[in-house]
Amino acid sequence: MARTISHKPVTLGEGGLSLVFAVTALLCLIGAAKAQDAPFAFHAYLGAAASIAAVFVIFNRYFARPLEPPPQEIDGKPNYHFGPVKFAALIAVFWGIAGMLVGVWIASELAWPALNLDLPWTSFGRLRPLHTSAVIFAFGGNVLLATSFYIVQKTCRTRIAGELAPWFVVLGYNFFIVIAGTGYLLGVTQAKEYAEPEWYADLWLTIVWVTYLLVFLGTLMKRKEPHIFVANWFFLAFIVTIAMLHLGNNPALPVSVFGSKSYIAWAGVQDAMFQWWYGHNAVGFFLTAGFLAIMYYFVPKRAERPIYSYRLSIVHFWALIFLYIWAGPHHLHYTALPDWAQTLGMTFSIMLWMPSWGGMINGLMTLSGAWDKLRTDPVLRMLVVSVAFYGMSTFEGPMMSIKVVNSLSHYTDWTIGHVHSGALGWVAFVSFGAIYCLVPWLWHRKGLYSLKLVNWHFWISTIGIVLYISAMWVSGILQGLMWRAYTALGFLEYSFIETVEAMHPFYVIRAMGGALFLIGTLIMTYNLWMTIRRGEAERALPRMALQPAE
Amino acid sequence: MSIMARHQIIEKNSILLVIGILLVVAIGGLVEITPLFYLKSTIEKVDGMRPYTPLELAGRNIYLREGCYLCHSQMIRPLRDEVERYGHYSLAAESMYDHPFQWGSKRTGPDLARVGGKYSDEWHVTHLSDPRSIVPQSVMPGYPYLAAELDYGTIAAHLRTSRAVGVPYTDEQIENAEADVRAQANPDDPGVKDLIKRYPKAVARNFDGNPAKVTEMDAVVAYLQMLGTLVDFKLYDDKANLR
Repeated sequence: MARTISHKPVTLGEGGLSLVFAVTALLCLIGAAKAQDAPFAFHAYLGAAASIAAVFVIFNRYFARPLEPPPQEIDGKPNYHFGPVKFAALIAVFWGIAGMLVGVWIASELAWPALNLDLPWTSFGRLRPLHTSAVIFAFGGNVLLATSFYIVQKTCRTRIAGELAPWFVVLGYNFFIVIAGTGYLLGVTQAKEYAEPEWYADLWLTIVWVTYLLVFLGTLMKRKEPHIFVANWFFLAFIVTIAMLHLGNNPALPVSVFGSKSYIAWAGVQDAMFQWWYGHNAVGFFLTAGFLAIMYYFVPKRAERPIYSYRLSIVHFWALIFLYIWAGPHHLHYTALPDWAQTLGMTFSIMLWMPSWGGMINGLMTLSGAWDKLRTDPVLRMLVVSVAFYGMSTFEGPMMSIKVVNSLSHYTDWTIGHVHSGALGWVAFVSFGAIYCLVPWLWHRKGLYSLKLVNWHFWISTIGIVLYISAMWVSGILQGLMWRAYTALGFLEYSFIETVEAMHPFYVIRAMGGALFLIGTLIMTYNLWMTIRRGEAERALPRMALQPAE
Repeated sequence: MSIMARHQIIEKNSILLVIGILLVVAIGGLVEITPLFYLKSTIEKVDGMRPYTPLELAGRNIYLREGCYLCHSQMIRPLRDEVERYGHYSLAAESMYDHPFQWGSKRTGPDLARVGGKYSDEWHVTHLSDPRSIVPQSVMPGYPYLAAELDYGTIAAHLRTSRAVGVPYTDEQIENAEADVRAQANPDDPGVKDLIKRYPKAVARNFDGNPAKVTEMDAVVAYLQMLGTLVDFKLYDDKANLR
């Protein structure tokens, strides 16, 4: 690329990325022109539009920026790059609301099936992946991006590696979400739970994820602290393992490079094992390791206490990541998966209880000497309750992985309840706690707009969780027992449809619980918005003025 | 505290940390997954398994598209009540041509591993179009839009791709894929005999009751009606496959 009149040099990132996006736009347009099915054409057009927009943004940024790239340090203090963190934090809240709304909707569909509307894009089977992906990958994923990019900079005391790369990761990841989500509605799916996106979305995610790893590692490498902080170990394990799982579970051969449909490389029993190796460790590494990293930074920070035990962090980190990977087969108890694999899965799942509780103890005990803050600080209370929920669901999980228990719980709502005590109680609560901390810090506010509203959020959502999980416990155990009930004469007592009918009241309660949780999130959104709009500014530091505009 | 001291080496070197993590997380998967590809006992030896007919495959792809697996399992466990309710427990061999597997994880609706032949075609068509007209307490979504014409122009490419990932489709089966779709949806088609030769136990019927066109409903019902029917359990020897 030639130099412009101002003799402002084009960086390698600017030039290279513009070129890559220009080529991508061209490829997408060719794809759209030759598309074999409408959803593929739609996605190709989206890809082209996004690529052209990216080139435009890079050019705009180039013309607007000063001659020199942003300094690494100002007055001896690191010049943190928080633009991508702010974006990810805000869009996480947006996706959270969207995902929970779809959740409440499909919960209501199960209670009142007329809500399916007999239309393809509103039927349960297409909306359910939209719900799971939106809350796990869109909400959870953006929380992880925001917190990991924040924590790694702060704990390494250095500006994040790359100027455009962090933006590429955050925006590219969200583009993946859009492709995946619209695909589900249009019937584009691999039909593998939590790995539904089709081959082209998977390829794109691979590129984004590798960049994520490079940015994260690059930042670790230029750190000013001799030690890598414990939260970063967990983030690194999360990033590396998710890459491994994604590649292992998704190799697929497209029917045509101009069509959305593909056939997965694995079949039958091997595919099942790959799937739950992936599926359970999406829980283990996406929803656990990543969020434990959040715990390890935000709980000590908010409680203003050091982490309870350094040694426990080391032991529970390595034990957790080693044991989790083995637990997948507990999703396949009594199936056609060979017994030896089921037994291994069960054994390791039970052992997993120990490192899980090691993490919980480390989080909770960090409050030693600061327990009184639970009365006055609802944000800390949210963080602590999330760790308590983590402890509860990591006890329930090993219990459900015992084969005899699983013979009752499997295929029932008990599993759904278990997942939600983890997802709502642990993942969402620790995310809310982190976002409540992050927003005032990022926007230089003294504090949140209203702690009272945090209190309301906490209690409404907690009641929502309790309604949700107790309804699912009862319905799950009830249905499991009804399926296996025999009459005195030795006949099955209930037809299948009688067990469906018995679920109705619990489905109504569950939908109400979910709605309460959603209301809590809306309260949070209002509170955050007011914090950004109206919050009292932090005492302006002199170096603020020197910071380049984001 | 020598171990703690040694751990500092990893804590101070990001590359060592990455390598350590990768080694530790790779072990479980290697031990649990790789043997499934070479241990002969993983997939039982059975008679009767064959790849899906083109119409069944098209139906299966609609089953995937609509996310049926999110509420219906296709995996009967060897528990007394399940075997009595649904039939013989599922064998690994019965899903060996399934890319992807559809064992499922939730039974909001009943298991479908052996639903084939349990209900009439008409029952399925009515039930899929409007579930509550047949089962008033059902919470299943209605699928009236399956009455749309089936798009099977690329079905041969689907068979070819399946073969590339390991399903033993023959050249003959791929060449005749489109004709086989038409033949299976119309019992009067002259190609029915060849279809059955190519796919033993295949059933050619006018599944949706509309002879004018091949619909998505034809494909889905053809798929549902063959589920679990290929292995003859009167001849299957449990003991021979003990593992």
